[in-house]
Formats: sequence, structure tokens, C-alpha cells
Amino acid sequence: MRRIWNQKKTAAEAQKTQSKESPAKLRLQKELGELSVTKDTTIEIAANISEFTMTYRPSEGYYKGGQFKFQFEIGDGYPHDAPKVRCLQTIYHPNIDTEGHVCLNILREDWKPVLNIQAVIFGLHMLFQEPNPDDPLNKDAAKLMVDDAAEFGRTVRSTMRGRRIGTADYDHVLIEPAGRGY
Amino acid sequence: MAPDACAAGFERFLRLKAPHVPDFELVNEEGETPEGLLAKAKVLVIGAGGLGCEILKNLAMSGFRNIDVIDMDTIDVSNLNRQFLFRSKDVGRPKAEVAAEFIRQRSPGINITAHYKRIQDMPEEFYLGLTLIVCGLDSVEARRWINAYVHGLAESHGFDGFKPIVDGGTEGLKGNMRVILPRHNACFECGLSMYPPKTTYPICTIANTPRLPEHCIEWASVLEWPRTFPDTKLDGDNVDHINWVVEQAATRAESFSIAGVTFSLAQGVVKNIIPAIASTNAIIAAACVNEAFKLVTSCNPYLDNSLLYTGDSGVYFLTYPLDQAEDCLVCGQKEGALAASSESTLEQLIDALKEHGVFQLKAPSLTLAGTNLYFQNPKALEEQTRPNLSKRLRDLFDSGSTLTVTDPTLPTGLRVTVNFTDATDPGA
Repeated sequence: MRRIWNQKKTAAEAQKTQSKESPAKLRLQKELGELSVTKDTTIEIAANISEFTMTYRPSEGYYKGGQFKFQFEIGDGYPHDAPKVRCLQTIYHPNIDTEGHVCLNILREDWKPVLNIQAVIFGLHMLFQEPNPDDPLNKDAAKLMVDDAAEFGRTVRSTMRGRRIGTADYDHVLIEPAGRGY
Repeated sequence: MAPDACAAGFERFLRLKAPHVPDFELVNEEGETPEGLLAKAKVLVIGAGGLGCEILKNLAMSGFRNIDVIDMDTIDVSNLNRQFLFRSKDVGRPKAEVAAEFIRQRSPGINITAHYKRIQDMPEEFYLGLTLIVCGLDSVEARRWINAYVHGLAESHGFDGFKPIVDGGTEGLKGNMRVILPRHNACFECGLSMYPPKTTYPICTIANTPRLPEHCIEWASVLEWPRTFPDTKLDGDNVDHINWVVEQAATRAESFSIAGVTFSLAQGVVKNIIPAIASTNAIIAAACVNEAFKLVTSCNPYLDNSLLYTGDSGVYFLTYPLDQAEDCLVCGQKEGALAASSESTLEQLIDALKEHGVFQLKAPSLTLAGTNLYFQNPKALEEQTRPNLSKRLRDLFDSGSTLTVTDPTLPTGLRVTVNFTDATDPGA
């Protein structure tokens, strides 16, 4: 230690550099700059890169033909803390409630700093390819999926056109202009 | 002023001419004695809670004469069981101030200053005036901030900005300590993944299948609060807020036949309070202060560089040298300089980074103090920043600016200072 202190006294004036990015911002810059998404996915982002939206258009499964929009928020605690993600539309899905909360393990209890935005986007894709009725947020949707998969599929299709079920007004999320599918 | 009688032990210890370390001298080449260094050292204690009270007491008893203590919290009645510098009459007052008063009264020769503030609010001159920092924190956020800040000081001020951190942490019967020498060994961020994440529960369990009182409390605080009060953030220190959470959670718990929703549990879940045991704090704080003592006096070798105390499974101490992480977001960042004409374009600068003998980047993304200069991805950001590619450097930034560069070939960031070859007045 004495050696380090002494070095301190003899060291020449260090080159002044400017203030650094926060670790969270630097990691975000690195991840976004190297982000590679498939053609079914679009990122919308402005100058403040801590917030952006991701739109996914599944090419197969119950939700084929729809486009699903998610808001990402990356806080200063990242990557110790998970990104905050919510669905911007009201959709009929066993793992997404009508307020946009998403039940995806890596967004909460299974988040680890080695995971990244790419992994979260992949996880969201999986939710549309294989909805998981065992851990439901929308209980009715999950129950219908287990009891009558065909009826569940029909309900998904009809809610994607925009429709009211119970107290929920589901948003029109089809890629085609409204009406074309009728 | 003569030191307290009870604090004289350290002086006798420091006068022992023993082979503690090869370069230990009673008087060094600058005429400084270990006692003199100790009396001169200015130590900042971050956090005046469970660990902080112990750290302050130990520093005062070990011969440190100049102490600053910073804490943004006030004293709560629940702190009194272990934060022994506080009494019932102090409840509601700032922790840092009460702790400083107590130490001042007990050890009159000590020069102790309290700061009832956030660490982010102290000016750079303050940090530059310190000898070292001892942290007794319970938050990863504050540790990450001070670690990154101290590394920034070391980079911008050379050895004048070299501020070692001794960091202690406890959770129940477990504890850890780190000696962080900026740019010399592993920093806090290098070991970040070893810190336990916040306790969270699956949102589907909270919403539909609660089994624990914690699930009901999270239901009330995470789901019901924003539904009921969309414009108000839940404040864990606001008694009315927590009472509302307890009320909602208790009703839900009852309907699922779950017992155990209490005010203190609710506050613990909402504030993510880590259970504290007084003796674990004492063990870790004592270890921290001994390291601070050795760092300042050079009397014995200091810890290299991490200590783990696992009192929860037998009593076990492990010390190990944590390696610097190659991909560390703080100390893993490389620095470099590049000379370029102010008339050249950003695209030419990017090409230079790719063709540069040392950097050899593949697809660099560049920012400057939070401004996006160029991003390779995502598509929308690439399109927004593409017009910058054809701009002249002098229209984008000044000579001597430091750009933050990321690239797939780099494990973390690269800081490149661009000096204009044709600048008449550097930095103008």
C-alpha cells in the first residue's frame, strides 16, 4: 500500500478524461448496438435509449396474424435489476393480464445479470408460440386453453379483431386493416 | 490533544518494530510515522446504520481523527435494537448527525462531520479530499454508484483521485467484505453477479395462487396499489401507505386462508428490508476497520481482496482474491486516443477505429456523454443516427472529447479520446 501512496505523490498529472457513462447505460449501449432481431420483430426507439417498444408479429401458433407491442424500460439498476416490460395492448393471453402485466419468469424471479434484452425478447416470442396455462395471469383464458383448445383458438382469433369479453375491451391487433378478415 | 486512554493500544502496536511487512518503517522517507498517517487520514463512512454505527465506533477507537459520515436516512424506532449510537429520543432525526454527535461526545479529540445527504449530492472536491472510504450499506445501487464514481476519479485525477474502498455487507448470519483499490484489483461491479437479486415472486402466483403472506403483500403493493392510486408511487416509509397495503393484503390472505400479514412484514417486503443481526454487523464492521487501519498505516498486509463469512452454516471465513472481470462495465473499460482531422467525417472516424492496429473493431456504436452519435442496431436507431455519418467531426464535438465506444469484439466499453490534428486551441 505504501508503494501505491508513494506512486500517488510522484505521479505526473493524469490526462483529464470526461465523466463516464453509468454502468447501466454502457451495458445498454453495448446490447442495443449488437442487438439482432428477426424480421417478425421491430424495435421503435428514440434518443433516450432507456425506453423503447418492441413489436412482435408471430408467424405461427394461436396468435399468427397479430402484432403485439411491448414497452421496455431499462433502469439505472440494470443489469442487477431486470428490465421492466409491459404489454401496451389489451390482449387475451393466459400469461398476460388485461393491464399489460406479463408473467415471464426471467422478468422477475429468474432474472440474472447474465441475461439480456435479447433473452427477454426471445422469452416474449415464446409466450406467443407456446402460451403456458399452468402459471396463468388471465385465469379464464388459461382454463379455456386447457379445457377446449379449439374454442380457446377461436376466442384468441376473435379478440385479436377487437372485442369485449366480460369487463375487458380487447384491442384490435391484427396486421390487416380492420374488417378485411370478416 | 492526547488520544483517549482506551484508544492508546493502537499507538503501542504501531511502535512495535516488527517484521509486519517488508517496507514497514516507523518513519518513512517523507518523515511520516504510522501514527501521523493515521491522524492525518480523512475517512468517509457511507451509511450510519447497523454497520455504520459499528464502523464509526471502531474508527474512533483505532486512532482515526478525521471522519466524515454520510447517510440520507432518519432514525426509525426499529433501528434501536442494534444501531447503538441512537436512543429513543433520537427517533426521526438524521442518522448521520446523531451518530456524529455521539462519537464527538465520546471521543472529544475527533474531528467528525455529518452529512444528511445522498452520496450523489456531494461535490467532487469533497471526494478528492478523502484518504479512503468505508461503506456500510444495504443497497447494491449505492455501492455501484460509489464504485463507478471512485473509478472515474482515479481516471480523471490520476493518483490524486485514488480512493480505496473498504466495503462491508451483511445479511442475517452471512457477511462479506471487499478491499477495492481502484484500477489495481477487482472492483464492486466485477463481482456484481455474486450479489443476491431482490427477492421477487412470480407475478402469476401473486395474482392467482398466493400461498404466503408475502404473496398477498406483493399483490397489494405491486398490482392493487397502481390500480387504485395510478398517480402516486408507493412509499415504504409512509405509514398510511403501508397501512393500506396491510389492509388489502390481510383481506386477500383471509380469503386464501393464509396467516401472517403484519405491518412489519409488509414494510419489509415493500422496502426489500434485509434482516440484520447485530453480531454479524459487529464482525464485518470490525474486519472493515482493521483493513482501513492497515491501508492507512501500512503496518500489516491488507486483505487480498474479498472475505466471506458464512455464519449461517457453521462458522466459516473464506478469503479469496477476486479477479478483475474482463467484461466489467466499470474497471474493464479500455482507454485509447485517436488523432483525426476536424474536417473528416464520423464515418471516416469509424473506419479508422476498424482499421486501427490496436482497436480493430468490427461494428462500433458510439455515444458522447449520453448523446447517440451512431448505433449499428436496432434498425430504428441506426436510421436516426445515420445522418451523423456524413457530418464533419468538428460539427459533432470538440477536440479532446471522449467517446464511449461499444463493439462486438470488445467485452465492455472503450473510451476513445479524439484529438483534432488541425486544432489550434485544443479543447476549444
